[in-house]
Amino acid sequence: MRVGIVAVAQNRFGDYPEWRPHELTYLVVEDVLKKAGLPFRDGYDDIVTCSSDHWDGKTLSDIEHGEVAGAHLGPGETKVSLDGANAVLLGYIKVLSGHADVVLVTAACKENQVMDPSVIENFGFDVPYHQLLGLDFTQAAALQATSYMHKFGLKREDFAEVAVKGLKNAKDNPYFFNGGDMTVEEVLGSQMLSYPITSVERRPFCDGACALILAKEERARELTDRPVWIRGVGSCYDHHNLGDRDLTEPAALFRAAQDACGMAGLKAPDKEIDVFEISEHYSYQLLLWMEGLGLCARGEAAKLLRAGELDRGGRMPVNPSGGLLGGVPRYVAGANRVIEAFYQLRGEAEGRAMPREPRVALAHGTYGPAGQHHCVIILERGF
Amino acid sequence: MARRVAIVGIGQTYHRSKRPDVNIGELSAEAVRAALEDAEVSANEIGAYVTGNMELFEGRYAQDMWQADYIGAVGKPGIRVTTGGTTGGTLASVAFEYVASGVYDMVMALGFEKQSEGDTRAGLKTVADPLWSRWYTTGAIGYFASQARFYMKQAGAPEEAGSMVRLRLAKHAALNPHAHLRLDLQSVEQIMESPYLIPPLRQMDMCPTSEGACAIVVASEEKASKMARKPVWVKDWISVHKEVVYIRGERHSVADLEMAAGKLFQRNGITRPMEEICVAEIYGPCTWAELEWLEAYGFCEKGQAWRLEEKGQFYLDREFPVNPSGGVVCTNPIGATALIRVAEVALQLRGGAGNHQIARRPTVGFSSAWGGSGWTVAHLLSATKD
Repeated sequence: MRVGIVAVAQNRFGDYPEWRPHELTYLVVEDVLKKAGLPFRDGYDDIVTCSSDHWDGKTLSDIEHGEVAGAHLGPGETKVSLDGANAVLLGYIKVLSGHADVVLVTAACKENQVMDPSVIENFGFDVPYHQLLGLDFTQAAALQATSYMHKFGLKREDFAEVAVKGLKNAKDNPYFFNGGDMTVEEVLGSQMLSYPITSVERRPFCDGACALILAKEERARELTDRPVWIRGVGSCYDHHNLGDRDLTEPAALFRAAQDACGMAGLKAPDKEIDVFEISEHYSYQLLLWMEGLGLCARGEAAKLLRAGELDRGGRMPVNPSGGLLGGVPRYVAGANRVIEAFYQLRGEAEGRAMPREPRVALAHGTYGPAGQHHCVIILERGF
Repeated sequence: MARRVAIVGIGQTYHRSKRPDVNIGELSAEAVRAALEDAEVSANEIGAYVTGNMELFEGRYAQDMWQADYIGAVGKPGIRVTTGGTTGGTLASVAFEYVASGVYDMVMALGFEKQSEGDTRAGLKTVADPLWSRWYTTGAIGYFASQARFYMKQAGAPEEAGSMVRLRLAKHAALNPHAHLRLDLQSVEQIMESPYLIPPLRQMDMCPTSEGACAIVVASEEKASKMARKPVWVKDWISVHKEVVYIRGERHSVADLEMAAGKLFQRNGITRPMEEICVAEIYGPCTWAELEWLEAYGFCEKGQAWRLEEKGQFYLDREFPVNPSGGVVCTNPIGATALIRVAEVALQLRGGAGNHQIARRPTVGFSSAWGGSGWTVAHLLSATKD
């Protein structure tokens, strides 16, 4: 059985102190149902929400996110507390299982309402060892970035190039607030958060939500004449203890990609996939994750970036949307990657469209310190 | 359902109010190891992990991350789902969906809770909407005291009714080596001496805060038919997370429970649930909830549950045993609690419950989860494939 994405919606991400988290969800639910032509009542059989009690500041954050998604009318509801790509994955599984024909998937986070994000992230480390060190995710990422630099002789400038390209592409994305023209020097000169990561090289904290409608093949074809099929999914955990991992080896990503590509019947992802939307919560991750996805030889991603091969018109377009540095909230991040890939495959990417019409796309989400969990979704144009 | 799904392994820790001897990862590993041993499979054969608990109760964040190494999830697919009190039920449902989808052949569902690491009541207080209702929220006791009062009034039940439930659960828990509270209770009068928390709710009416974990191994038909253990087949499952505000004046809503059981029984052709279902593990956080919810799930008429209780109809040697494990009132590691309901029904259906095995030879069992703002998740399991 095939499962299709028939409609997507997202906020323009940013700073929304006047709205509560689930109000952001409501806006995208209303929008996505209108696009899919589905009613709020009885329009879908199941709901997958994605949010976090910690970031919402509330036990059972899905009471509110579920309500605005229509859970109060009786369809099932399941909350994923992991990156949003996993919510899409679960929606796909629910349809495949035969337990639902049409599923509404939502993801939301309001990072700006959290006074000290580092505290939450620190509580995400194991109690006996890492938590006591006071680490947050940025510091864990910094350890990974320096190992990566050291192993392959990369420079801070290589990472800064990722930010330069990302922010430039993000200018064309109406949903991203953080686009701009910056030079490598400006990126490197911005505030140092944790060496070598500067403030421009970290995904900016922001607020927003997104929503997708997934449906089994017959229903998808009824709802749209331009469905996008989910062809493969994969996810994987890595070790938690940073010292147990070679941080330069994204083994979990490799496994997740292998599973997803295997399901989709892809043997050479670098050649058979036309566009990649990758979750780089920090600049260096774009390069490291590309290597983890098996798109180039180890240590070579930076060269491809410099050679322009990752541009919209390049041989292997990566993040034509602008990527996460353009400003996407956590939890929404991976689901937003799927949505951006959907826009590309449907030919709805407008200013961020690529010169070549893509047929197959890869969307990637990650969560946890130094990319401990990865999720990969392969999408294909269904028209 | 795309593929038939079976439960092929069941594991539980022992449950106590404090487990200072282990951390959360080690506690989880105990249940996972027990489930693997029960299924007679190695961790290598598990295709994916589905884990969850109450996000705020331990004061920890993204616990799947540091749990991964302890439970064998490193190098494996996995997802974290958290739906409050119904988490354990949702974990089972998602594991069933993972296998039914055909994407994964064998999945481990794990629920856990270690409440002494944080402040459960502080966590629970934030369940209420910060604008509308946080000022009067104090935790579960006030809610269930008014629920008990409501049931007494509606059903014409005497205060002894709650204690009758408690006596049954104590008798059952005494036979279950995994139960947390295994009190030697012999009479309703003894329970009526227990102090009030908020009248009419007594200390012994209410569930404890437990620490523990539960895990089940779920497999496809093809895998299950080759395994050592007799598989327990999954018939159907449903989640209804409908209610948003669950206190309407003096009325407690059981709309989610009615809807869930109504749909579940209807689509499985069950017209006389109390006769057709051989055993029920109901998520009742207090004695009174069990009575009200047995009615809400449609097992008996409104106002009748306490009368059946009075006649001893729900004991494990009768035709319709309820909570032969001792139920939530005797054991409540929240994130695991609803998964224990599924696991206990599965144990009964394969005849492996030991001393608390019910007298009747069961063919179909019902388990339920409760949580959130009156939410429920329910499962139907079967001893046979058809």
